[in-house]
Amino acid sequence: MIAFIVRRLAVSIPLVLASSFIVFLLVASAADPLEELRLNPRISEEVIEARERELNLDKPLFERYGIWLGNAVQGDFGEDNQGSDVAPQLTRALGTTLRLVIVAIFIAVVLALIAGVISAVRQYSWFDYSSTFAAFLFYSLPVFWLAVLLKEFAAIRLNNVLEGWGFSRWIATVGSQSATFNGSFMARIGDIAGHTFLPALTLILVSFAAYSRYTRSSMLETLNSDYVRTAEAKGIPRSQVIRKHALRNALIPVTTVVALDFSAVIGGAIVTERVFNWRGMGTLLIDAVTAADVNVVQAWLLVTAIVVVVFNLLADVLYALLDPRIRLD
Amino acid sequence: MTDDQDTELPEERTPGPPGVGVAPQADVPAAEDPGVPASGQVAGEFTIQARSEWRMILRRFMRHRLAVAAAVILFLIVVGSLVGGRFWTYSYDEITDNYSTGPTWQHPMGTDGVGHDVLAMVLRGAQKSVQIMLLVAFFSTTFGVAIGAIAGFYRGFVDSLLMRLVDLVLTIPSLAVLLVLSRRVVGGGGGGWFWLAVIIAALVWTQIARIVRAEVLSVREKEYIEAARAAGAKDRRIILRHILPNIVGSIIVAATLTMAAAILIETTLSYLGLGVRVPDTSLGRLVADGQTAAQTRPWLFYFPGLVIIVIVLCVNFIGDGLRDAFDPKQTRVRA
Repeated sequence: MIAFIVRRLAVSIPLVLASSFIVFLLVASAADPLEELRLNPRISEEVIEARERELNLDKPLFERYGIWLGNAVQGDFGEDNQGSDVAPQLTRALGTTLRLVIVAIFIAVVLALIAGVISAVRQYSWFDYSSTFAAFLFYSLPVFWLAVLLKEFAAIRLNNVLEGWGFSRWIATVGSQSATFNGSFMARIGDIAGHTFLPALTLILVSFAAYSRYTRSSMLETLNSDYVRTAEAKGIPRSQVIRKHALRNALIPVTTVVALDFSAVIGGAIVTERVFNWRGMGTLLIDAVTAADVNVVQAWLLVTAIVVVVFNLLADVLYALLDPRIRLD
Repeated sequence: MTDDQDTELPEERTPGPPGVGVAPQADVPAAEDPGVPASGQVAGEFTIQARSEWRMILRRFMRHRLAVAAAVILFLIVVGSLVGGRFWTYSYDEITDNYSTGPTWQHPMGTDGVGHDVLAMVLRGAQKSVQIMLLVAFFSTTFGVAIGAIAGFYRGFVDSLLMRLVDLVLTIPSLAVLLVLSRRVVGGGGGGWFWLAVIIAALVWTQIARIVRAEVLSVREKEYIEAARAAGAKDRRIILRHILPNIVGSIIVAATLTMAAAILIETTLSYLGLGVRVPDTSLGRLVADGQTAAQTRPWLFYFPGLVIIVIVLCVNFIGDGLRDAFDPKQTRVRA
């Protein structure tokens, strides 16, 4: 097991390096980071040259990559085009995105497991048909369309209902928290929860669709296997067969899907962030690429690549732990 | 498990409709060719087998009513979007005298704030989205099948080299690449949508490659491959004639799912302002432009969005129907 993990990490390092090199070349050659300065007539030639030296723009691309890599290995992600440190920006964005993604995926998994298991156990029932249809519908929806819809309508309607119950317009549609907020700890938590509600709901609906389909199909497979029939033949109560014999094995492929999805969403909740004005990882990346801010893109890439590698590894390890027949070496 | 199942099972186990199975066999004119009756009969049986195989797939697909309906609707949308613009009164870039009107007989989907007819724009947008979807499906399937088949067939060094390439594409953040490339390539000119399709295809082929590789790995161990090899068939022929036809089901299903993904990626990019550019339009752009009007002029937001949903939903239902048709074991419950 340990040998497997070490080997996988060893293979991942050159992959991450190759990927960061390619992205570096792409972003660095995509646009001129000093375009704004150059277009501004009040900024002198000397200032621009000084900025160029500061950002190493006068050096060849390969050398610039080398310098970046040397610093990054020592934990120094450098400065952005404006001259402020990249690391704190990245930490803040990652924190914001993680808060959203962890909540959303956790709820989506719980709901999908329930729906998927019921669908499989009562195959071809009305519940199965309607949850199948809902799943198809939700993963056919463009995320931005769903998000705008929730923002424009669910928020207003729900807020009206909540107001009747004594919450004053609790569901926020813009930002990850209120900009100026002085209140108790609990009120602060409430504020953050209010801001997280709609973006999380968006992600939940989309992820729920995929997870419940996986749960249903892997549950059907285990329900039809010989050991489940044997267990039933021995007279073990059906609920226990479903929980202990079928579900435990059906969870194996679902685990993999969730682990892979988690790493995908870390970098990719971009549309949701955009619609709800969250300054998370997605927004950070879009802004950085648009401004050709190489250091920010590279730092973003390193963090997300590490998350992808670790979660892919985790998926494989979990797979082996859940199913002793799978050997990793 | 249910009554529904019991009535379906025996019907499916019958090897093809009896009428089809018997009639051509009776046609085999043994009298005309008295010299070689045996071989003639064998050849006849094989053609019947091959035909009824596809016929059974078609029959199973036809039984999936939702998928059939989806296929019909998608066909109408594809044809309508490709030629519909020519027949509609207004052009997508034409400014009419009416602006910000809701749906009327004259403008069934209303007009925007400038006076563009929304139906004309939706037709144009759907045309671009459908073109991109079809191109992505073609490029990514061709490339993915080639890479997957070579990796699975030759295994060893070739395999690990190609699979590391797949890993590399998966590690590179596709969003960053799309952002950069679409800025540079898609930005200018009318051919932008073509390059957008190429870029999306370059990112989604990996899935097909993985599926094909896995299937090839299992098929290549079958006896009939060994038989073909013993008969002196070359690698190329074994792959093209013996392996690929046997995994065509998985390939078609994977290609279908790629199409759904392609439409969603294209509309998302266009929504973010990175896909299809002005003066051209796509469904994603239309939704992006209409989102601030979702409450005041809802037709600007809903019509293009609904067309996206209907296309993707249809593609997904067709994919589901095809999966059932090619691999009935996956959905059938054992009694």
